[in-house]
Amino acid sequence: MITSLEARNISVKLGGKEVLHGVDFTARSGKVTAIVGPNGSGKTTLLRAMTGEVPHHGQVSINGVDVASLQPWQLAAIRAVQPQSSTIAFPFTVLEIVRLGLSAGLSAADSSVPLQALACVGLGSFAGRMYQDLSGGEQQRVQLARVITQVWEPIVDNVPRWLILDEPVASLDIGHQFTVMDLARSYAARGGGVVAVMHDLNLTAMFADHVVLMQAGQVAATGSPAQVLTNETLASTYGCPIPVNTTPPAEMPFLLPQARAALAIQPGE
Amino acid sequence: MSALTTDINDADPSDGSAPLVDRRIRARQLTVLLLLLLLVTSILSLTTGASSASLWNALTDLAAGRDLSTMDRVVLLDIRLPRLCMGILVGASLAVSGAVMQGLFRNPLADPGIVGVSAGAGLAAICAIVLGSLLPSAIQQFLGTALVPIAAFLGGWGSTILLYRVSTRGGQTSVATMLLAGIALGALAGAASGVLVYYSDDSQLRDLTFWGMGSLAGATWTKVLAALPIIGLALAAAPFLARGLNGMALGEAAAGHIGIAVQRVKNTAILSVAGATGAAVAVSGGIGFIGIVVPHLLRLATGPDHHSLLPNAALLGASLLLGADMIARVVVAPAELPIGIITAILGAPVFLWILLNRRGNLGL
Repeated sequence: MITSLEARNISVKLGGKEVLHGVDFTARSGKVTAIVGPNGSGKTTLLRAMTGEVPHHGQVSINGVDVASLQPWQLAAIRAVQPQSSTIAFPFTVLEIVRLGLSAGLSAADSSVPLQALACVGLGSFAGRMYQDLSGGEQQRVQLARVITQVWEPIVDNVPRWLILDEPVASLDIGHQFTVMDLARSYAARGGGVVAVMHDLNLTAMFADHVVLMQAGQVAATGSPAQVLTNETLASTYGCPIPVNTTPPAEMPFLLPQARAALAIQPGE
Repeated sequence: MSALTTDINDADPSDGSAPLVDRRIRARQLTVLLLLLLLVTSILSLTTGASSASLWNALTDLAAGRDLSTMDRVVLLDIRLPRLCMGILVGASLAVSGAVMQGLFRNPLADPGIVGVSAGAGLAAICAIVLGSLLPSAIQQFLGTALVPIAAFLGGWGSTILLYRVSTRGGQTSVATMLLAGIALGALAGAASGVLVYYSDDSQLRDLTFWGMGSLAGATWTKVLAALPIIGLALAAAPFLARGLNGMALGEAAAGHIGIAVQRVKNTAILSVAGATGAAVAVSGGIGFIGIVVPHLLRLATGPDHHSLLPNAALLGASLLLGADMIARVVVAPAELPIGIITAILGAPVFLWILLNRRGNLGL
């Protein structure tokens, strides 16, 4: 039984220009896989190719099944996708938005899952509020609650389900960044798969099991955070020196970016 | 855990602890109310009019086993009853078409009138009125008074298919392109109608005005039976669109991710709107604003869930059009106003009100 999300030889052209050049990608269930890289390196494009949002060449399979052979509702039963941002056209309440994640939508029988999901993202008391009245960060967490509702059980019939998150902490304060990343970790720990596009390399080092570093539409490095987040790869990928240190207990890498001017006058140079 | 407590404290107690009202229950209660409203407006519609024929007299006659007087029979059964049926069909069709279009375009101002379906149907009708005499006389005799409705219906379908072709690439319909193409089509239809007005004689001009404003006055059983299957089919498709349209509120991509066959929803929605609008314009001319006002009022009352919005829109649309028709019949009796004037007077302020409330928030 294959329990991974795999993309083979993915190429994407946007506006006549090839922005992904034959990328291979593998994420295993039970792990948090982070896609990182500088702006324009193709992180989000890779994610959108894997979710079918942009036309692409190459094959994407989930749990060994080619996604092109699945109907939308079959795919929705095994993976949920959180968009980067989401505006809603009509005055839905927070609970109604989350209930859209249930497989029968708003006509579904009452279920406690949407309220539990809202509590998970720290919005337990927001169920009756209007989605349009919330702040950007709150809206992002409502969307996450909807996405988690869709694949609430990480494993169904011994088959893992997948959370695919596009910059899930982009507009969140540091406390809620941890709430969301803890949620992703615990989903993976219970056997589900998590793939997330990330910007924050420290959060990536803390929460990801596997890191895919993108550069100019190709994979520059893959491996554990300690393998990928090194002085050399980060300097060559991001084009500026980013000194990497480690912190106990597990020798986890951490980055403390400094201004170029400060680096230039380091003692001993 | 600390994050969770912070959040509860952050919540503004005045609205953060808003009671969790289940709008589904309110929507079901509203459905019952709207059914009663439709019953009342239907009875009023049968009793209102220039003629003194009375529903009450007719019913007492029937109850006493007497035959209806000829006048009661003609006025009630051949004039008011088909007019009532057509009002219900057209009102329901306009309101549901509006709600479906708005769900599809994710925009509360979208309406068949805006994407050019009504304009296409109207242009074809005007062509038929002005240029119909150029047709071979055999065809003219064969079609008779059905010429204009048939042309309107074909125009509605044709313009929808044209719009769809223009705005669909590789199986994906671009909503923004479709809205803009609809504006272009509307402008083109307006210009063509303007040219045709120069070629029309006085009686044709009166027909054009009357037809352009819309009216239920020409209701006959023939027209009702012609419109019934198409509008009925479109209304029957609506419940199957509800979940898809709810999902579309998240955006097309997100709708796909929650398991909705987006392209199928779009195809069904466009076809049913084209059918219902074409049929409605064909039998009653251009009646505006029902499709914008009704869904908007219902969203204010019970929220945007299409499972309740679509059936309630059908009921309220029917009642509203019957109400407008009664006003149109009595204000200048024994003559009558085109019903489109009444719906525009009622609808345009609501349209502006939506616009003002959503300033800066009119995402396409």
